[in-house]
Amino acid sequence: MYFSLIVGAFISVLPVASCVITAFKTDDEYYNTNVMQLPKNWLNFDNFIAVFKNADMLLAFKNSAIILVFVLLGSILFGTMLAYVLNRFKFLGNGLIRNLFLFATLIPGIATQVTVYQIMYSVGLVDKLVGYMILMMGTDIISIYIFLQFFENIPVSIDESAIIDGASYYGVFFKILFPLLKPAIVTCMILKGVGTYNEYYMANLYLQSKDKLVTVATSLYKFTGPVGSQYNLICAGVLITMAPAFLIFIFCQKQIYSGLTNGSVKG
Amino acid sequence: MGENISNTSKSKKPFNLLSWLKSGKGQRATIIILFMAVPLFLLLTFTYVPFAKMVQFSFYKMKYTGPRTFVGLDNYVDVFKRDDCFRALWLSLYYMGGAFLQLALALYFATLLSFKVKGGNFFKGAMFFPYLVCGIAVGFIFKFFYTRGFVLDTVLSWLGFNLENLPYWLKDTKINNFSLAASSIWRYMGQSMVLFIGAIMSVDSELYEASSLDGANKWHQFKFIILPSIKTIVVLNLILSITGALSAFEPPYVITNGTLGTATYFWVMNKVAHTNQKVGLASAMAIVLLAIIFIATMIQKFVMLKVLNDDNDSVSKKTHRKLAKRNGGVA
Repeated sequence: MYFSLIVGAFISVLPVASCVITAFKTDDEYYNTNVMQLPKNWLNFDNFIAVFKNADMLLAFKNSAIILVFVLLGSILFGTMLAYVLNRFKFLGNGLIRNLFLFATLIPGIATQVTVYQIMYSVGLVDKLVGYMILMMGTDIISIYIFLQFFENIPVSIDESAIIDGASYYGVFFKILFPLLKPAIVTCMILKGVGTYNEYYMANLYLQSKDKLVTVATSLYKFTGPVGSQYNLICAGVLITMAPAFLIFIFCQKQIYSGLTNGSVKG
Repeated sequence: MGENISNTSKSKKPFNLLSWLKSGKGQRATIIILFMAVPLFLLLTFTYVPFAKMVQFSFYKMKYTGPRTFVGLDNYVDVFKRDDCFRALWLSLYYMGGAFLQLALALYFATLLSFKVKGGNFFKGAMFFPYLVCGIAVGFIFKFFYTRGFVLDTVLSWLGFNLENLPYWLKDTKINNFSLAASSIWRYMGQSMVLFIGAIMSVDSELYEASSLDGANKWHQFKFIILPSIKTIVVLNLILSITGALSAFEPPYVITNGTLGTATYFWVMNKVAHTNQKVGLASAMAIVLLAIIFIATMIQKFVMLKVLNDDNDSVSKKTHRKLAKRNGGVA
């Protein structure tokens, strides 16, 4: 039993570990030693520095940070608002709207990009950070479901007593319910955050000026060109992009696991 | 009379928009509209309008700009006639096979890790982390991993394999699709595992105690307690991974650039749409894929209904039998 666990963990770690080993090698070492041979100097950060400069990582991190802030703010705000209305009010079309969101999960994102691109092109939002951010906000159905589920466990009597005390619906939502949603918001922020940070396809398609609008995920694609076989540089790049996700993982392991589990239960 | 009525109605309902908005009913209506406006707008513009347009475009021969010609079903005929499109659908089988293997592994490790294991958190974390790595980084990692004489070859040579006998993992057309599917397993196995662990944890622990009193071993516990109670989530993941296999895109996109017979359906579609700008054909391809996914989901619904019914029956029967046995034993 332990044997299989160790083998499993070894296979999971091996590809990344080999990257770590290679990223610390000088060019000379890289060309003349086997890939699994450990580097002579574990403090050789030259590759990381070179990558940071060549691939414009600073700009990439800045863009990714801007995207993350707005996308998270937007999708959390819109997601909770929608879930609030759908959960707390009965009105004509409530069920229909729920089903519209549910059905949308069946349509894989890449499939509709053919026509989404055409729409974005016609309103002039291609190659603009704003356009990409709007797109990323609009496709977040999982978190809406997490919020809906969470609202169901908050008793309506809380709303009612606040209304009797003279609060408006807006007050109820922003002052009372929103703070109560904190655990669900943290879960969604982590899941959506990692997803947005790693999103590559749409970033590549919609942010075409790669010199200005590069994100962390698209910055890596530069390595397919002239340095396509200089893996000590590429590995350093891969590790740099991986670092934030790794930190989040170390600190928020529990939330990530429970977030995934909660998000999947409702299907 | 007439005057009277109109008078009273006027004085009774001096319709004032502002005060109506402040009233409970008005506030309700505005909050419903206001709070739903943006998410609904986004959903419609980025999911349903594109979907409708896709259906429309699939009947035309067109580019993103310029004239369109109506061609009827020609694009759909092309999807099945063109070698690259149709062949790509078969490629999904590699990824489906990979998905089955991935779920089997996930189930195995999830079962091990849901019991008390030394270093369990480490193993769980190590196997889960690949899920958080961005797709393109995964691509580079595996391009490096599979290169001749690099990581995989080195490790295999430690195990006593001779480099000469090893295939070219990415160049050999008999093998390269297995290699790519394996990178997918590596990436997603941990995620399924975490989902399964979550499901297994929700199993009533009394059942384990009861069964071990009955002398059940670990395998019996797995077969009769764990598997039936997490059937739903396993089936759900099975179907999700079929959908995922049909829409596999990143491995060929980054690792092989679709060469040497590794172009999956989405890869071909992406090329047709954005490189060749054959928007009509790409739309038809997307519709065909959606139809397949839709059918798969319908089958899922059907199977789930059956499984769920069976499930409830078998669990309750077994529990009853167990409890009866236990009580009988004690008495």
